[in-house]
Formats: sequence, C-alpha cells, structure tokens
Amino acid sequence: MAGAALAAAIVVLPVLSVLWLALNPSENIWPHLASTVLPRQIKNTAILLAGNTVGVVVLGVSTAWLVTMCRFPGRLVFQWALLLPLAMPAYITAFVYTDLLEFAGPVQKGLREVFGWERPADYWFPPIRSVGGAIFVMSFVLYPYVYLLARATFLEQSVCVLEAGRVLGRNAWQSFLKIALPLARPAVVAGTALALMETLNDFGTVDFFGVNTLTRGVFNVWLHMGNTGGAAQIALVLLSVVIILLFLERQARQRRRYHHTSARYRPLPGYTLTGWRQVGAIVLCALPIVIGFLVPAAVLARNAINHFGDSWNADFFEFTRNSLTLSVLAAVFAVTVAAFLAYAQRLSKSRGVLLGMRIASVGYAVPGTVLAIGVLIPFAAFDNALDAFMRETFGRSTGLLLTGTVFAIVFAYVVRFLAVALGAVEASLGRVQPSVEMAARTLGNTPWQTLWRVHFPLIRGSLLAGGTIVFVDSMKELPATLILRPFNFDTLATHVFQFASFELFEQASLAALTIVAAGVIPVVLLSRAIALSRPGARQAHGAQWVAETA
Amino acid sequence: MKFVRSAAAILALGIAFPATAAEEVNVYSYRQPFLIQPMFDAFTRETGIDVNVVFANKGLVERLQQEGANSPADLIFTVDIGRLQAAYDGGVTQSIETDALLANIPEAMRDPEGHWFGLTKRARLIYASKDRVEPGEITSYEDLADPKWAGRICTRSGSHVYQIALLAAYTAHYGEEAAEQWLQGVKSNLARKPEGNDRAQVKAIMEGQCDLSIGNNYYFGLMSHNEEQSAWAQAVNPVFASFNGGGTHVNISGMALTKASPNKDNAVKLMEFLASDLAQQMYAEQNFEYPIKADVPTSGFLKSLGSFEEDKLDLAVIADNRATAQKIVDRVGYDE
Repeated sequence: MAGAALAAAIVVLPVLSVLWLALNPSENIWPHLASTVLPRQIKNTAILLAGNTVGVVVLGVSTAWLVTMCRFPGRLVFQWALLLPLAMPAYITAFVYTDLLEFAGPVQKGLREVFGWERPADYWFPPIRSVGGAIFVMSFVLYPYVYLLARATFLEQSVCVLEAGRVLGRNAWQSFLKIALPLARPAVVAGTALALMETLNDFGTVDFFGVNTLTRGVFNVWLHMGNTGGAAQIALVLLSVVIILLFLERQARQRRRYHHTSARYRPLPGYTLTGWRQVGAIVLCALPIVIGFLVPAAVLARNAINHFGDSWNADFFEFTRNSLTLSVLAAVFAVTVAAFLAYAQRLSKSRGVLLGMRIASVGYAVPGTVLAIGVLIPFAAFDNALDAFMRETFGRSTGLLLTGTVFAIVFAYVVRFLAVALGAVEASLGRVQPSVEMAARTLGNTPWQTLWRVHFPLIRGSLLAGGTIVFVDSMKELPATLILRPFNFDTLATHVFQFASFELFEQASLAALTIVAAGVIPVVLLSRAIALSRPGARQAHGAQWVAETA
Repeated sequence: MKFVRSAAAILALGIAFPATAAEEVNVYSYRQPFLIQPMFDAFTRETGIDVNVVFANKGLVERLQQEGANSPADLIFTVDIGRLQAAYDGGVTQSIETDALLANIPEAMRDPEGHWFGLTKRARLIYASKDRVEPGEITSYEDLADPKWAGRICTRSGSHVYQIALLAAYTAHYGEEAAEQWLQGVKSNLARKPEGNDRAQVKAIMEGQCDLSIGNNYYFGLMSHNEEQSAWAQAVNPVFASFNGGGTHVNISGMALTKASPNKDNAVKLMEFLASDLAQQMYAEQNFEYPIKADVPTSGFLKSLGSFEEDKLDLAVIADNRATAQKIVDRVGYDE
C-alpha cells in the first residue's frame, strides 16, 4: 500500500501548492470583494451550478434510459451520436451561439428584416450573453458526462432486478424511477459532479458571456490586482463548494450499497415505443445532438472551408500529432492511476489514500491556469533542488529536468482529469459484489491477480469510458498546456487560441474542427465498446474467458 | 525500484547531455506569436540566431518565478504596461542599458532603470457611427459620461486590461473619486451589458445597437484589411479622443530581459534589433501599431488616420493605478 500512498501523495501536490499560495496573499482581498462583487459572483455561480445540474441530469439520464431500454427508430444512431457534444470545446459552442444569436447575428438580423424593427428597444430577444445563455451552452456541452456514466450503468444492470420489480407490479415508468434510477445514483452523481466541476473551472465561457462568477473573480484579483495569494484563496473557495456538495451527497446516500446481487445477465428487455411516445423519444434524443454538436460543427466547417488555405500546412500536422500524443498518454496514465488508487483503497480501506483521492479529484474544479501553477511549484522546486545537489556533489548542473517538458503537461492532464477516471472506476468497482472478490481470493488469487482476472473484465466498459473522456478532455485542454509547454510547441488547442485571442477565430476553424474530429472517433468507438461491455453481450468472448481462467 | 531506476536514467541523461549552447534566444511571450514571428524571422536571417517561443496569455511571470535561476527564458514580451510592471514587481527582470536601446526608445516609453522597454504604441480611440454621430460631436473621454449619450455606448468588459489601463489613466489625471463618477456615468450610457471584444463593439455600431465604442487603433487597420470585417470598419469614424487638456491614451507593447537569462548577449541583440528602424517599420506595416522610435515613418494606412497628440502621463503612473481601477470597476458594478 506504500505505492498507493506515494501515488496519492504525488497527485495531490498541485492542489496543495494552491493551498500554499493562498497562505501568502499580498493584501487581504475579502473586505473589498465582500462589499462589491462577491455577493453577485456567489449568486451567479450558484445559479449557474443549479441550472447546469438540472440541465445535465435531465438531458443525460433521459436520453441514456431511452437509448438503452426503449426501442424506437434511430436508437442505434442516437446511442453514439449523443456523445458527440463531448468532443466540442465549450468555448467554441459559446462562440458559435453568440455569433448566431447576438444583436448583430443572423437570427436577430433576420427577425429585424422580417418585422421591420431597427433598434434594440424595438423588440425583446433573450440575451445570449447572460447566465441563462451560459446555462444553455454548458448544459448541452456537459450532459454527455452524465449520459455516458448513466448509460454504462443501465447496461450493466441486472434484468432480474427489473423483472422482480415488474412481477411486483411496477410499470415501465415506475421501474425506471423506483429501481433503475436509484441504482444508477452513484453514476449519475459522478457524472453531474464532473459537469459541475467543469462549470467551476471554466473561465473561457463565462468570460465570453460576461457572466461574473467566482472563477472570473480569481482572474481579476490575480491579473489586475497582482494578488496571486488572494486569487488562490478564491480558488480554494471554489474547491470548498465542490467538497461540500460531494460530502452532502455522500451523507444523503449514507450506508447504502449499490452492488448487483445477481451475476445472471440476459439481454435487456427493451420497451417498444409507438405513436407520440416514439416521436417524443426521437425529438428528445435529437435535440441535444443538434444543439450541442451539429450546429457548432456546421459553423466550424463553413469557416474551415473559407479559410482552408490559411490553415492547411505542415505545422497543422505537427499540432495534430502533439495533441494526439499528449492526450493518449494522459488517458492511459489517468486510468491506470485511478484504477490503482481505487483498488488499493478498496482493499486497504486506507483513510490516507481515500483522502488523497478526494483531494486530487477536486483539483478538477480548479481553473486550469491555477492548477498549472500548482504543477509548476513542486516540479520547479524538485528540479532546482536536484540541480543544487548535483552542482554541489558532482560539479555538474542538471538544469530543469521536468519543468517545461511534455512530461509536465501530461502530469497536469492526469491530475486535472483524474476525477473523470476515478469517477468512472469507483462507480463501476462499487457495483462489483465483495463476494465475487472473496471467492477469487479463496481460490488462491493474489489481490492483483483478482483485479486483473475478475474486476478488470467486469469494469472494462467503465475504464474505457473514463479513458476516452480523459482523452477528449485532454484534446480540448488549453490553459495548463499554454503555461507548461516547451518552446516552439503547439497543440491544436493552443493554435486555435492564438488566433481566437486575437479575434481571428475563423482562421483557426480547421484546427478547431480537427479537435472535434479527433474526439468524435474515439467517442464512437467507445460507444460500441460500451454496448458490448454488458456482461454476456459477447457469449463467445465470455466462454473463452471462462476457459482461460478455469 | 522501477521508479528509482528510471530516475537514475533521467539523471544520467541529464549529466551526459548538458544543454548544448546553440545560437539561440528564448522568449516567453504574452503576445500572439504570429504577430511577432515576421520580426523574429528577419532577426534570424540577419544574425543566424534562432528564436524559440512559448506563448501564453497568463502565468508566465509565475513560471519564471518558480523556475528561478535555472529558467531557460531570456526575454518576456507582452502588451499592456501593467503586465510589464507585473513582471518587474515579480522580480523576474534585470536591468539592461545599451546605447542603441537608450537612443531608439524614448525615455517615457521605458523603465528608468532599464527593466522594461516599450516596442510599439497603441492608441485607445473612440469609434463613432458615421450615420448617427456628427464629426466633432465627441472629442474627449470625459464626454463619454455625458448623459446625451444615454443608451448609445458599447464597450467590452471593464475588467479587460485595455479598459483598466484607460481607467487607471483617468484615475491618475483626476483622482479615484472622479474616476468612479466618470465610470458610473459611462455605465449609465451603455446600450448593453459590456460584452465581446473591441471589434465586436464596432460590429454592434454597424448593426445599429449603439453609436459609440472604445477600441484600440490597430483593430481599425485589421478590420479594414479583413474581407468579412471591412464593412464594420466602414460604418465608423475613428476618433482620436483625448483627455481634456491632455492627449490620447496610449499603451505599449514591450519587452523585458529576464533575471536568469542564459543567452544574454543574443537577447540583447534581439532587443536592439526590434528597436531598429527595420523592425519598427514592420510593426507599423503588418500590425498597424505605432513605432516607438521617433523618426520611423508610420505605415501609409496609419498616416491616413491622421496624427494625434499623446497623453503625457507617465506609463509607470498608469501601471500603479491599475489595482485601484479594478476596484472602481468592482464598486461601480460596471460589468453587471
């Protein structure tokens, strides 16, 4: 367990560094904030969190249930297409909808021409740059976190439970509300928590929409008041919000357990929908795909075609390669570390490892820029200490070994997105009955053999899900990459940002579209893998596995 | 064990291959690389020295602080006086004074001790609708708070560095209280909640949402030379607004030599090159920024906008008033 403790200790370093910064503010920022913007920032942050919670849960759970348990035309397409918005960076969606829906955009322009209005005072149109607009955009970008985990859970559920429910007189709707949904609670909560943490760490979207949240407060205090410590304190307040939310949820869940009591898996029943139910299901599943993916992708594609000559060159391939390399590494490491930590914790019930896992996970809620500085502090300290030691002992300087390398970026991604991987692994491990494990151990397997032979095949779908989200998130990651990267090193996201930050977003549309495309492919593969991950879904494979292990 | 072995391998590599000193200079830049790359390319052609760049929009000073004496960076590039001052305050710069730098860069546009140097100037203008604002109807920043413009002004967020710098200048001229009143006045004249960037305000004027906006001069050049955006530029007159009895608010882009600079000679060569006539002219022609060097001709396009008088306020004074300006923005609730 020493290994797990060490791993947990390393991944919490960046968050602890932010804590350390917070202890040294250049000025006590709170009296000024409390008397001016703080109430507004807290209110906006609360509205945004509440709105996004409702948005992602309603969109994510309803669509996951429909495509998993019901039969209607287009279901097989929706199964994977509902994941597409995951590949779309939120700041791009925000940009596209602002462009379309603002006063100077084509929609309002069209309305003015049709109705003969001229000035803004002549009519009312919902302002896109508002809290409401931010909730709209973020919900449609972030719901796949809930959809993905909820769907994986619905797929892993045992039909016996549902059948027992039906025998006891539940109808389809009731068996969803009373049986499947409560059983999926850990997954829904994990997905929602990710979406909310993403909401809190997001600076790009709220800045673009001019919504004054606590996250914006972090940057105003840091950049305009030159108070890094004060900024870190606000970031810690954000962290506390997450910790409190997660704690409350765990309290509410109390000592319930979510293991399935049967290991017998049959194909899921599938309620056939007809008439208005069928139409309703199709509309409900199509809406998030159109709003969260097709519209922004179409705008990107149009820009990319118009500016193709500007962007299609040798550099473009280099950026793509860089993005892919970083993201694959991050996905592999994040899932490995998450599985290692979660399983070690399950075996040892170590409070230290658990605490480490929790602290490292909330790092997801820290704005990427702040977390990047949290990574810089321990890395540079290590490099400089080593350099000093080597100079003294061997008379040779080692300089900066880790700082400013690709390794630092991958580490930052792993820490930043560990919550994603942990959420998937924990929710899934939690559903594996301890009795399965006991049986394996009784039969003479070591703990790690048990993990490999028993747990791994059972939770494979969730591991893949976690790894894919980390991959896609890493493709989109911007702020930490910007600060930590080596010289002359660009990813697709930093390339897009270079132009977008100079108000020339259109010229970077090809790169933006590539981020999206690179995310779409694994997302589609993931969806297939999840569909097949249902135990028993591949009889032949299962039989082979039994034969091998027997 | 594995960890120990790989750590040992990394160490061995580090010792066996110490960073080789190729002819290079390393830059941490808050400016978009594509804006400065042409000048760097020209420098490499002339001297054979390679220029390596890391671009980020924040956090580079913090990176320098953590990297300390082993930092590979030689120079910091940035826009906005505030950020140059922040680098100085962060203790990551060093003083450098060469004859060429002192001769080419006017005294008001550099740190008295040589910790930072301006490279280009950018004026903050008022853009006025051609259709709905008479020429000469607005001439000063003070006018923006005049109730006659109620519901007719668009600006970006009050917390943006360019708005902060303008407000800091106002604060330096008139004091904190007057600046707060002024900003309150501007706020009550706004046609919409502050949103978007400098170009988006001009677009809003074209669409009739407002009649006045505030924006940097080079955006006018960039919009005019952009196929999609030239119509926006044509809808407005750029006005070289000034402070009453002062001049037009000017900010700079600039550079600073880092404290730990490992390639100091090359870095100084690059600094001198960028302050030379050739590079200064490139800035004016490609980026529509005003050269910092007095006798360098501005580009034809900039000339066509006419000449203007710069506000004489010391840049360092503006930098000192930034924190106050941010607090005023918070108190007024400008962005709400």
